[in-house]
Amino acid sequence: MAITTDPPVQGFRLSQLIYDTRYRSMTIQVVAMILLMLFFAGLVSNTMTNLASKGKTFDFGFMGRPAGYEISQSLIAYDAVTSTHARAALVGILNTLLVAFLGCILATILGVLFGVLRLSRNWLISRLTAVYVEGFRNVPLLLWIIAIYAIITESLPAPAAFRTGEASMILNDSVAVTNRAIYMPAPVWGANSTILIAVFLLSLAGIWAFRRYAAARQEATGQILPVLWVSLALFFVPSILFFFILGRPVSLDYPALTRFNFEGGMQLRGSLLALWLALSLYTAAFIAENVRAGILAVSKGQSEAAFALGLRPNRTMKLVILPQALRVIIPPLISQYLNLTKNSSLAIAVGYADVRATLGGTTINLTGKELEGMLLMGLFYLLLSLLISGAMNIYNARKQLVSR
Amino acid sequence: MKKSVLFGALTLAGLAAGAAQAATLDDVKARGSLNCGVTTGLVGFAAPDANGVWDGFDVGVCRAVAAAIFGDASAVNFVPTTGQTRFTALASGEIDMLARNTTWTFSRDTDLKFDFVGVNYYDGQGFIVPTALGVSSAKELDGATICIQTGTTTELNLADFFRANNISYVAVPIETNAEGQQQYLAGACDAYTTDASGLAATRATFENPGDHIILPEIVSKEPLGPLVRHGDNEWGDIVMWTLNALIAAEEYGVTSTNVNELAAGTDNPEINRLLGTEGELGAMIGLSNDWAKNAIAAVGNYGELFEKNIGENTPIGLARGLNAQWTNGGLLYSPPFR
Repeated sequence: MAITTDPPVQGFRLSQLIYDTRYRSMTIQVVAMILLMLFFAGLVSNTMTNLASKGKTFDFGFMGRPAGYEISQSLIAYDAVTSTHARAALVGILNTLLVAFLGCILATILGVLFGVLRLSRNWLISRLTAVYVEGFRNVPLLLWIIAIYAIITESLPAPAAFRTGEASMILNDSVAVTNRAIYMPAPVWGANSTILIAVFLLSLAGIWAFRRYAAARQEATGQILPVLWVSLALFFVPSILFFFILGRPVSLDYPALTRFNFEGGMQLRGSLLALWLALSLYTAAFIAENVRAGILAVSKGQSEAAFALGLRPNRTMKLVILPQALRVIIPPLISQYLNLTKNSSLAIAVGYADVRATLGGTTINLTGKELEGMLLMGLFYLLLSLLISGAMNIYNARKQLVSR
Repeated sequence: MKKSVLFGALTLAGLAAGAAQAATLDDVKARGSLNCGVTTGLVGFAAPDANGVWDGFDVGVCRAVAAAIFGDASAVNFVPTTGQTRFTALASGEIDMLARNTTWTFSRDTDLKFDFVGVNYYDGQGFIVPTALGVSSAKELDGATICIQTGTTTELNLADFFRANNISYVAVPIETNAEGQQQYLAGACDAYTTDASGLAATRATFENPGDHIILPEIVSKEPLGPLVRHGDNEWGDIVMWTLNALIAAEEYGVTSTNVNELAAGTDNPEINRLLGTEGELGAMIGLSNDWAKNAIAAVGNYGELFEKNIGENTPIGLARGLNAQWTNGGLLYSPPFR
C-alpha cells in the first residue's frame, strides 16, 4: 500500500518576503520606493517649513509684475518700465537659444575640421591641432570666456578712438570693430525686395533639384557632373541679375559714429562674441576628439579598398570614411550639444543677458523668489535639453546602418 | 534632527537647516563670532588691507556689533557678497547681518522679508565719465553705453532716469565694482554709474583720478544701511542700537580715546546710560552693560569711523554733507538712550 504524503500545506509566512526568492526582489523594490518617497516628502516638507519660517510664499505671481530693469540685448520688443518679469525671462531664453544655436554650428564646423586635421600626416598640423585640443579641453570654460572677453575689451579700440583717427573702419568704411561691439551694415528691404527673396529661394530649390539630378545621373551612368560650380552659379547669378533688374531694391544701412557710439546697421556685441567664441572653441575641442575617434573606428581596409578602386583621398574621406564614422560620432555629439547649451549659463561672467542673468539673476534678486526662479530655470534647461537630444536622436536613427 | 539637517542641506534653493530664524543672538554667541556680509571690495567701505584684514566704513559697523556682543572687534567672519548674492546669503542664514552699502527700499524691507535697522550713509546715485568725453551733465548721455552693477537699485533708477528725460542708453551689466572699474577704464562703457560715494571710492583708486569727473546730477535717494532678516526683532534691536550708539557717541563727544575715561562716570546722565555706568540698558537687549563702550572703544564713534575711512583727509575725500549730525545741519539723529 502506497502512502502518499502531500507536502505540508503552510500558510504564507512573513519571513518568506526576505528568504523566498519569489518575493525577495519585490520586497527590495517596495522598500526602496518607500524610502525614496520618504526622502522626497522630507525634502518638500523641509522646504515648506523653511519658507514658512521666513514668511515667504510659494507662488509665481511675481512673473506678472513689471521688471523695471534694462536688458542690453533683446531679440523681441522689451521696455524696462512696462515689460513684466515673464517677458524679461523670455528675452533671456531667446538670448540663450541664440548663443546655443550659433555655438552648436560653429563648434561642429571647427570640431570636424580639427578632428580631421589631428589625423593629418603633416607633423606640424597634427601637433598644432593636438595643442589646441588639449589646451581647450583641459582649461575651465569660464577662464576661456573671461580671457576672450578681456582680449576684446582691452585690445580693440573704443569708439572714441575712431573719432580721433587712432582707429578706422574697415572694408570700405562699412564695418567698425570696437571693444563694445562689431558694427556692420544692415540690409534695408525696399519695394520689390520680396521678389528678390523669392528668386533667391527659387535658386536654392534649383540647387537642390540639380544635386538630386546629378546624383541620380551618376548612379545611372557613372558620369560626374560639375556640381560645385553649377551650385555656386545658381546661388549667385539669378539673385544678382534680379538685384539690378529690379533697380537695387535692397540697400545697406551703414553704422555711423555718433556722440558716444556707432549707431545704425547691425551690431554683434562683445559679450555675445566672447561667449560664442569661447563656447564654440571649447566644445569644438571635445567634438574634434569624437570625430577623430569616429574616423579611427573605421577599419583601415575601407580606405585601402577605396584607394584600390582609384578614389582620391578627399573623395575617400567624403564618400567612404565620414559616412561610416558618423555612426560613431553622432551619439557623443548629442551630449556635446547639450553641454554647450547648458554651459551657456556662464554668460553672466561677461554680462551677456541670457536666462540665467535675467530670470535667474536680476529677477530673483528683485523679487526674492529664489526657489521659484531656480525651478523655472531648471525646467527650461531640462525641456531644452530634451528637445535637442530628441531631435538629434531622430537624426542619429536615420544615419544608422540600414540592414538590407 | 540629523535627518532634517540632511534634508536641509539638499534643499534646492540652499535654504539653511533648522530653526536658525528665531534667536540669531544665541547662534552668534554659540559660534563665538559674527558672520557679516560685506562687498567684494570697495575701498573705504569694505576691502581687505595689505595684510588681508578687512577694513572700511561698513566693516566698522560689523566690528562694532561684534565688539558690543563679545567685547572683541575681531570676532567677525567677513563674507564678501555681490549685488546678486547678498540677499540670498542673508535670507538663508549664511550671514547674520549685511553691511554692504545696500539701499533701504520699500520692497526690500517688506517683500524680501528684511529689516533695515537704520542708515549709516545717506547717498544718491551719480555718474562718472572721462573728462575727455566733454560731458557736463547726465542729461547729455543720450545714446551712451553705461556700466552698471546688476541686482542693484541703481539699475532700476537708471531706467527711470533715462525714461523721465526721454533719452536712451545701452547698459553693460557687470557683477562687481572691480569689474565695473576695469570695463570703464578699458573704454567698454562711456560712463559708470553707482552710488556717489562708491564712485568717489572707485575714482580714488584710479591711476589718474583727475581725468575723470563725477557728474553733478544725483538722480536718486540711496539711504544705505545695515539690514537683518525680518522676524528676529531682538537681533535687529542689537544691530540698530549699536549703530545708534556710534551716532549718539559723536553727538555727545564720546570718542575711542576718551571712552574709558568717560566710562568712569560723568555728569551727563545720557552718556552714563550709554556707556553703562548708570541704568541697565545692556541687559535689556541681552548684552553686557558695557556693550556700547566696547563698540565705541573698538571702532570709534560715527565721526571717527567716517573720517578714518572715507572722510576729507582720505583719498576718497567725501564731505560729511547729509551725513553730518543733526546739530550740524545733517540727517544723523539717534533716538535717546533712556
